[in-house]
Amino acid sequence: MQTSRFTLLYRNFANNIYSKPLSRNRFIHKAFFHATKKILQTSGAPAPAPAEGYLPGVAQSKFIKSTQEEALKNSELMNTGVANGETKKMNMFQAINDAMGIALTTDETAVIFGEDVAFGGVFRCTLGLAEMFGRDRVFNTPLSEQGIVGFGIGMAAVGHTAIAEIQFADYIFPAFDQLVNEAAKYRYRSGGLFNVGGLTVRSPCSAVGHGGHYHSQSPEAYFTHTPGLIVVMPRSPIQAKGLLLASIRDRNPVIFLEPKILYRAAVEEVPVGDYELPLGKAEILKSGKDVTVVGYGSQLYTLENAIKLAEKDIPGLSCELIDLRSLSPWDVDTVANSVNKTGRLVISHEAPQTSGFAAEVATSIMERCFLRLEAPIQRVCGLDTPFPLIFEKFYVPDMTKCYDAIKEVVNY
Amino acid sequence: MLSSITSRLSRNISVFNGRSFVRQFASASAETVNIKLPESSFKTYKCDPPSLDIEVTKDELLRLYKEMAVMRRMETAADGLYKSKMIRGFCHLCTGQEAVAVGMEAAITEDDAIITAYRCHGFTYVRGGTIHSILAELMGRKAGISRGKGGSMHMFSKNFYGGNGIVGAQVPVGTGVAFTQKYLEKKNATFILYGDGAANQGQVFEAFNMAKLWDLPAIFVCENNFFGMGTAAGRSSANAQYYTRGQYIPGLQVNGMDVLAVKQACSWAKNWTTNDQGPLVLEMVTYRYGGHSMSDPGTSYRTREEIQHMRSTKDPITGLRQRILELGFSTDDEIKKLEKEARAVVEEAVAEAQKEPQPDESEIFTNIYAKGTEPPIIRGREREEFAVMNQ
Repeated sequence: MQTSRFTLLYRNFANNIYSKPLSRNRFIHKAFFHATKKILQTSGAPAPAPAEGYLPGVAQSKFIKSTQEEALKNSELMNTGVANGETKKMNMFQAINDAMGIALTTDETAVIFGEDVAFGGVFRCTLGLAEMFGRDRVFNTPLSEQGIVGFGIGMAAVGHTAIAEIQFADYIFPAFDQLVNEAAKYRYRSGGLFNVGGLTVRSPCSAVGHGGHYHSQSPEAYFTHTPGLIVVMPRSPIQAKGLLLASIRDRNPVIFLEPKILYRAAVEEVPVGDYELPLGKAEILKSGKDVTVVGYGSQLYTLENAIKLAEKDIPGLSCELIDLRSLSPWDVDTVANSVNKTGRLVISHEAPQTSGFAAEVATSIMERCFLRLEAPIQRVCGLDTPFPLIFEKFYVPDMTKCYDAIKEVVNY
Repeated sequence: MLSSITSRLSRNISVFNGRSFVRQFASASAETVNIKLPESSFKTYKCDPPSLDIEVTKDELLRLYKEMAVMRRMETAADGLYKSKMIRGFCHLCTGQEAVAVGMEAAITEDDAIITAYRCHGFTYVRGGTIHSILAELMGRKAGISRGKGGSMHMFSKNFYGGNGIVGAQVPVGTGVAFTQKYLEKKNATFILYGDGAANQGQVFEAFNMAKLWDLPAIFVCENNFFGMGTAAGRSSANAQYYTRGQYIPGLQVNGMDVLAVKQACSWAKNWTTNDQGPLVLEMVTYRYGGHSMSDPGTSYRTREEIQHMRSTKDPITGLRQRILELGFSTDDEIKKLEKEARAVVEEAVAEAQKEPQPDESEIFTNIYAKGTEPPIIRGREREEFAVMNQ
């Protein structure tokens, strides 16, 4: 695995690498960071030709709260104490950083660990935290994913708060046993004596335009298949901060997947205070009456564009867009209520289609809304192939594919 | 091959019969003795050995004896319950390995932590689990220590982080527990047990590295019973000297068939790690008389003669009995009485545990998520049952 990380990154970023890497980690960090930065930069110099993976619409998205007024006009913030408070412009990695800073301040047993996190992590999410809270609370681990998660489980079993970072979601598989067999079942198999509710595993996931096989995958469905785990994927800085704080404080082990393309691309006015957003609760981003469109994470912005285009092309069409936010547990009621109204459902995610999370949504909605369905439920997902490097554009469920699916259910 | 194993066993395991040097104090402290353990009790790797002198009292020796006797009775009872189909599924007995759990517990306090693999009944008992709750757990009863939801390899109690079924998985988990002790600046250590089979798991080495990197009070304890399931240690491990497997972590091989050697080693190890000297690897050289699990007769990969030989020359209970008799702390009759008591205690627990009801049906839904955060329905169950879980 280590070789593949190296070779892949090398292949991808051969043109961008720094000539004198300080260490392998540092080298990866800089190479990846540099390349990511080039592609994800949202401000400053006028963008050259849109780079691969540039997310159409994220900066212009209607769901991005770029003013304080928009940010605070959120009913979920009403009782959190930040409703009238200060906000600050943050991108998603800064919002995540902010959440972890609050977690460390409010909980003295909380520690953060992972590969390179003391230096800020490859995506800068832990930037400055080691300096602020000390190296005994924010520390680097060896490249030992299974060890990292097992270690976090041990801490959490004592009752501490363990915030582990797995550098890329693609590297979570060496820790699969620890998550599925140990973390998820600690409470059950000890009859409630122990639990690892204090464990949160953060990991950057999903496509970034050039990540290739080992820096692009979306592994959420492997974990939603495991009772005992909570699986969350945020779509924006405000969401990421509130959901991450809720995840850290939730009394169940949480896998918190962060779409890495949004780290810099999504910028919002984020409340600076301490707030949580509910786990297991979907959010209706846009109301509509004809088609229910369901997604999560960065895919929502693709869906937003697809809806925009479909509504333009089909006069009178109105689509409802729902962000699931957490996948386990997921908010079946909100989706079912919507489908009972619209009669049509399109679900989209970047992970491959077979046994993907869309299958779960489709089945549950078929059970709940069978007689209200006007068209077969459509899944728009990644291809059932390894995540490709050069064919990423063909692999991803892009705007055109989502647009087609919406048209399909409307014309059925 | 077996003869080579047997010769290795006798090379590795020191025999204490009649060789220990005993000095008895007179008068007031007549019941305290200094025992000198045989030189062969320990082998070191990158460290000086613990002292061979150990001070014990009569009461302690008798207590250690009784604990081991009860443990063996309990495992024998489990064996019987399994054969009469009262225990189903998996069941791994520690018969022969009693000295490890008993000696370790004697060296530490209840604020120290232990985590082990699936052969966990004995550890559960020394960590405060009652025989009743252990046997009830094995039979899947409500009064089980994990409320009947775990079974053989899933037993837990205060500062005992289980009973873990995945080979090697408990090793980094224990390392995390050790981290919390250091973080809270407690003078406590975590004893992380694994078998000679698990010693080859990658995550064991991940845990070694972390523990040494951060100088955690982690004591990695390899219970070497010479067989990982049915594979002899020498056939699975390029280096079967498990106490040297930490490379940069000092190690100690211990005669795991002598409860006093185990106790001495664990006291030494706790002292070492809680003085910020970093982790240790202990290898407890021991032997299981039974098979790996209940479906393994344990005789296809070793001879009955080998097992018999171990029983008659290395048995931890017999060894301690001889020591007690030698010291004149007890007579044969008194020991027999102790044995009888142990049997009675276990028999009573068996009878009581058998009367216990199964867990309530609603337990299938509980302890999956934190109370109050459960999903509204559990897929795969009948509609009528939803009411049960929503209570």
